[in-house]
Amino acid sequence: MSKILIVAEHAGGKLNPVIAKCVHCATGIAGAEIHLAVFAADAAAVAAQAAQIAGVTKVVTVTHAVHANPLAATVAPQLAELAQGYSHIFGPSTTFGKDLMPRVAALLDAPQASDIMAAESATRFKRPIYAGNAIITVEVEAGTRVVATVRTASFEAAGAAASPAPIEAVSLSAALPTHTRFVSVTSARSDRPDLQTAKKVVSGGRALASTDNFKILYSLADKMGAAVGASRAAVDAGYAANDMQVGQTGKIIAPDIYLACGISGAIQHLTGIKDARTIVAINKDPEAPIFEVADYGLVGDLFQVVPEFEKLISSDS
Amino acid sequence: MKRILVSIKRVVDYNVRIRVKPDGTGVITDGVKMSVNPFDEIALEEALRIKEKGLAEEVVAVSIGPADCQQQLRTALAMGADRAVHVQTDAIIEPGTAARLMHKLAEREQVMLAIVGKQAIDDDCNQTGQMLAALWGRPQATFASKVEINGDQALVTREVDAGLETLEIDLPAVITADLRLNEPRYVKLPDIMKAKKKPLETIDPAALGVTPVERLKAVKFDPPAQRSKGVMVKDVQELVTALRGKGLV
Repeated sequence: MSKILIVAEHAGGKLNPVIAKCVHCATGIAGAEIHLAVFAADAAAVAAQAAQIAGVTKVVTVTHAVHANPLAATVAPQLAELAQGYSHIFGPSTTFGKDLMPRVAALLDAPQASDIMAAESATRFKRPIYAGNAIITVEVEAGTRVVATVRTASFEAAGAAASPAPIEAVSLSAALPTHTRFVSVTSARSDRPDLQTAKKVVSGGRALASTDNFKILYSLADKMGAAVGASRAAVDAGYAANDMQVGQTGKIIAPDIYLACGISGAIQHLTGIKDARTIVAINKDPEAPIFEVADYGLVGDLFQVVPEFEKLISSDS
Repeated sequence: MKRILVSIKRVVDYNVRIRVKPDGTGVITDGVKMSVNPFDEIALEEALRIKEKGLAEEVVAVSIGPADCQQQLRTALAMGADRAVHVQTDAIIEPGTAARLMHKLAEREQVMLAIVGKQAIDDDCNQTGQMLAALWGRPQATFASKVEINGDQALVTREVDAGLETLEIDLPAVITADLRLNEPRYVKLPDIMKAKKKPLETIDPAALGVTPVERLKAVKFDPPAQRSKGVMVKDVQELVTALRGKGLV
């Protein structure tokens, strides 16, 4: 029987909501036992949240001062030790998971399936390649231990458990290297919802033409309760912060509504939004490829359309 | 000698529109333009800049794959790499195998740094650098947007979901290059001529003690589900009405 260990990413005492999506992915493997692992300086709060996810039968906590800022270099040896009792080791396809999981796979001498969209069985997985232009189905031999990162945009979150799963603290013997040291993290974080998990996202492209002009999107986003994203072109041009980038090499998201303003729709961008429920495109170029995938398209100047849109959704009519 | 190892993967060019073969056995790569993986180009550029600052003495470019990979290695040499190593094989190379080969070369060449692209734009795996660091037992600083070498340490800024994270790492180490680390230089014609005279060593994986293994076997390839084209609305009012009808605004 499959035993799946999922790394429970967290920050600021909060479990990352994408972990419930990883759990949903793991339930694709029939009859699997699913455990979550929390690596933290103080694991109590995160473990309690992890225990509430339906389908999880145990939460394992590994407490160490060095995990105040969990790094691949220090989490990987412990996770590899913990993984000995498991057939599958999953993490989210966040920058944390992408950094950590291949290091664990190499320590375990296990293959990794990156960005899985489906676990069809214990040995068979689907994943996008070529920026999502092709979907490959891969298979490992039965009995092979597999590491995977989960493309969380492909899954709904697992629900809440009727009763919380048991929490077990473990102590591990793996030596922790000191060659990699956390210095700082700077974040442009605001009060807006987190881009990765937001239900609504307003996003801007190169057509915004300046950092200052992005303010019209922030204003609209605040009115809608939306997160703000950006195309690679807008980030490269310095109009938006790097953590706002949506696409093949940025964030892959699946909001209920994605409002693309002045984004032409390069394939690398579209791969980041193809699981959005509703895509709305505003662009002055009627030939922009974004219109090929948009549920609603409006040809127009975003500098007129966006303020008018904000005004209309603010009125009661 | 202070040496930097850089990966150069041969991939279908960024601008080629990828199509899945009708029989689902792969993607169409016959006759399409091939290039250096863009993230590897950024990795190489960073290595060259470190060398140009006098912080390294030699940049070695490595490619793993069939004979045609030498085209991409010549491009790397034209950009400024000092020499190239071609690990020649027609086998399918998974990231695990690439990492084992890079590890052997990192040890053989006694490098201070291995810089690789954060992912290849064909298989989008994003694994090789991290796996190399694990096998080598050395630090990894992935998704780098800024690298500062200070003696036997480096300060690396990383693009993470939360913003920008800075790590201090001991050398030797592995760095994986993200998009905004630098803008790779253009190759000039005289450099292409010069590159033809630079050393390019060809070796077999077996000579490095590595046998390529394929553990994730491709079963089939499918085209992605297409989103159907929606409706064009004539003005903002119509858009707002439609979105209100769906409870989205």
